[in-house]
Amino acid sequence: MYQITCPHCGPRAQTEFTYERTTDSIVDPAAEPQTAMQALYTRANPMGLDDEIWRHTYGCRAWMVLTRHRVTHEIHAVKAIGPEALP
Amino acid sequence: MSGPTRTPSGEETVPFTFDGTTYHARPGDTLAAALLANGVGLVGRSFKYHRPRGIMTAGIEEPNALVTVGKGGRAEPNTRATDLFVYPGMVAMSQNRWPSLSFDVASIFGLAAPALGAGFYYKTFFGPAKHWMRYEGFIRRAAGLGNAPTEPDPDNFSQRAGFCDVLVVGSGPAGLKAALEAAEAGKRVMLVEQDSAPGGSLLRDPDPAIDPAAMVDRIRALGGEVLLRTTASGYWDHNFLTLTQRLAEPGEVPPHGFAQRLWHLRAGRVILATGLIERPVPFANNDHPGVMLSQAVRSYLRRWGVLPGKRVVIATNNDDAYLTAQALVEAGADVVALLDARASGPAAPAGVTVYHDARPSSVTGRKHALRKVTAVIGGSEQSFDVDLIAVSGGFVPVSHLHMQAGGKLNWSEEAQAFVPGETPQACETIGAALAPPPAPAVAPAGKAKKSFVDFQNDVSLADIDLAWQEGYRSVEHLKRYTTLGMATDQGKTSNMVALSRLAEKQGVSVPQAGLTTFRPPFTPVTMGLLAGAGARNAGAHVRRIPLHALHEAHDPIWQPLGYWFRPRAYPVDGETLAEASLREARTVRTVAGLSDVSTLGKFEVSGPDAAALLELVCATTVGKLAVGRGRYTFMLREDGMVQDDGTVWRLAEDRYLLTSSTGGADRMAHFISYVRNSLRPDLKCSVVNVQEHYAGIALAGPKARGILAALIGAEPPRHMGYAPGVLAGVPVHVLAASYSGERAFEIHVEATHADKVWQAIEAATRAEGGAPYGLEAMELLRIEKGHVVVGGEVDGRSTPHDLGLGGMLNKVGGFIGAAGLTRPALSGPNRNNLVGLVSLDGPIPEGGMLIQRAGQSPQGHVTAAARRILEGVPIALALLQGGHRRHGEELIVTSPTRGEKARVRVTAPHFYDPAGERYRD
Ligand SMILES: [Zn+2]
Repeated sequence: MYQITCPHCGPRAQTEFTYERTTDSIVDPAAEPQTAMQALYTRANPMGLDDEIWRHTYGCRAWMVLTRHRVTHEIHAVKAIGPEALP
Repeated sequence: MSGPTRTPSGEETVPFTFDGTTYHARPGDTLAAALLANGVGLVGRSFKYHRPRGIMTAGIEEPNALVTVGKGGRAEPNTRATDLFVYPGMVAMSQNRWPSLSFDVASIFGLAAPALGAGFYYKTFFGPAKHWMRYEGFIRRAAGLGNAPTEPDPDNFSQRAGFCDVLVVGSGPAGLKAALEAAEAGKRVMLVEQDSAPGGSLLRDPDPAIDPAAMVDRIRALGGEVLLRTTASGYWDHNFLTLTQRLAEPGEVPPHGFAQRLWHLRAGRVILATGLIERPVPFANNDHPGVMLSQAVRSYLRRWGVLPGKRVVIATNNDDAYLTAQALVEAGADVVALLDARASGPAAPAGVTVYHDARPSSVTGRKHALRKVTAVIGGSEQSFDVDLIAVSGGFVPVSHLHMQAGGKLNWSEEAQAFVPGETPQACETIGAALAPPPAPAVAPAGKAKKSFVDFQNDVSLADIDLAWQEGYRSVEHLKRYTTLGMATDQGKTSNMVALSRLAEKQGVSVPQAGLTTFRPPFTPVTMGLLAGAGARNAGAHVRRIPLHALHEAHDPIWQPLGYWFRPRAYPVDGETLAEASLREARTVRTVAGLSDVSTLGKFEVSGPDAAALLELVCATTVGKLAVGRGRYTFMLREDGMVQDDGTVWRLAEDRYLLTSSTGGADRMAHFISYVRNSLRPDLKCSVVNVQEHYAGIALAGPKARGILAALIGAEPPRHMGYAPGVLAGVPVHVLAASYSGERAFEIHVEATHADKVWQAIEAATRAEGGAPYGLEAMELLRIEKGHVVVGGEVDGRSTPHDLGLGGMLNKVGGFIGAAGLTRPALSGPNRNNLVGLVSLDGPIPEGGMLIQRAGQSPQGHVTAAARRILEGVPIALALLQGGHRRHGEELIVTSPTRGEKARVRVTAPHFYDPAGERYRD
């Protein structure tokens, strides 16, 4: 079980979080069908670092992007997203 | 061996029973030690062949001496006698024998042996089904371990989260030292030990310079936590470990009600001081009672004062077994021979004859006691009359946790062992596990067939050879084919012996032959411990709707719906569910009814960009709604399938209310939040989940409008209109939406005031001849009206077009799922379309398949079946291939599982008032 550092709450157990998807599988509603299907069904799935959207669902409910190593499970970075995280 | 083999002591004895006979143990005895002390050598029968088995080890790696301990729901099967500390009144039973341990039919007649060789299960399961049919009864009777208890476990299991700077696993000399050093350095330390006493190898080989008890006291005095009878059972990511702590012995009545505790531990650093497990030696009948690991013999002698044999042969390939010879001599045993496979060794204790280049080839016994060891010494054979053989085939570092942590292993040629190397986690191995004593490879001297490798699953060298001969080359295949290492001991004593045999067959070195993966748990874990308090539903939510108590007064039939309970029907005068729901539905059709719809998903979306967000989430237009108006809507997944439906209302210029299904409410809350935060954080709007803030009451029927007008003192809004109002002195939102097909309203009110509003509406409705209605009546009403339901017709595979909703899609696109809907396959002619079915004979079986004639593949299925509420004709909704084009066709609905069948005519799905004249203005 991972330990994820929520940008708002600090280090917490993975059980408080839900995984949403990798950022490369975000389907842009304005995208052409071909591009949207690519995002939906064809994913990079790299043996290395990947950016993933997670939510602190059973905590502060905020959303974030984790940069996680898919082999070692090391989490290299956590970045808040959502309206409050906009510059 | 026979008779007690223990010197008397002044201590009080602990009575226990084994197979119904009462024995006495000393405090601190394991069951194994106590049985040996009482002269009991035969402890169990093997899994497949029912061979007599005794005690081979003195630790958790024991493959043979498995017992069932405890009574009733507290019974724990397959417990190692070596990992079970005797308590007063303990009841232990041997396993896998009939009618008795010493007289077992299956073994006497050799029933199992010829049939159950390597690959037996594999060949049986992969062969024709009739093989399994033929063997099933036999396998179930012959092959087995203890029986799981059938009664519920009366004890509780606790779960606890823990944190520490340093976790030390194992309280041998290395672990004690590391834990004490960390505690002295001011770290938060946890030291866990699976045994009941600290010391590890010191319990067997005491060192006057090290006092484990004093070190434990010191660690505790420094604030450290030392947990005995606690096993680090799993090592997961990010230095997360699961610990299983025994608060009582297996089968024992726990003093505080809790039998075990599961720790979820996050450690800053992990130190594995897990030590070594001794390797057995393969020779013929090496599974016989009286064959014991060398270090185990030392443990029984020195820790428990039990002499497991009086005339002993020792067989070894390393120096450690010479210590056992010394211990036996000191205890007064006769060490008849020390067989050393090597050409030379250390000095032996006085009076012990050492034979070099000597390997045991077989043992024989009589009445389950060992009698004779035969050895190959140089080129010739020699036999020895003994009652015990102590064996040591080298040592295996306990690297399970290290490997679970993702660690690498290095091969030690001189120890013929894998030694823990680097790990990607903050974890290191220390102590004996890093330095197994030199122990060269030795070729087995006995017949392969009876030379057992995996004692628990009855796998012999011959089975490994057979697997090789049949083409199983990889260690993973070997394991699955022979079931090697797949028993409850997970191959702790067998893996390395098997691996060296495989490497020998392949003509490669052991590391080239490969190694199977070690997976958690390290030792077996009781299911109840994993469930914890959840085993008694303590972890499950019960969400009560605001009006629960009012409904309760009517004694309804309750139905779970999502996490909620809602009234299914309100039977009166002994009505059945079917009678009550039909009466309630008729009341709605002819007078008026009220129903609790509080559990609907409800989201308030406000701000200048509220409509923009809703037009992403909803597949219908939203922005064009006038203030005070609403509409039916549905939401798609990105692949174009409908995920939920509801209504959307414009309450004010920049404020909307979106409702969704009860079951989908949590999913929808997550979905809207995802869209808002991940896709469009730039939108100026806020989303508030008001599902539990508002209670909802549906009022439906021809008289609904009049009833409501009187209650709010104003004309209610027209169909799909919204108006605020005051009812029974409470502010309410009135939404004119119809699910039932009648003129209907949803009255939403702050949950804390819902009682007053319900009571007022109920009184007014009853005064007009109406009544409350439940979910079952609602289902009858919606089926007749042809409304889809999430989880029924909306099954995750249906598009808006399939459900006849295509015309409502936002033509401009831009909503979630718009791109997915353009996939060509979704506009093919043979999609499953929503249709209605009218029976031409009897009732339509729900879930039945649609066919044109017998023997045909199904062309669709019935999603919901009912009857016309007033007319009684059986009707149904169904998903049918190309259904939109097939209205008028005659089909058969068949349900082979229910043995029911009906002829039906395909129709449009709207049976009742298709034009909506009953509620439109
Ligand atoms: Zn948080």
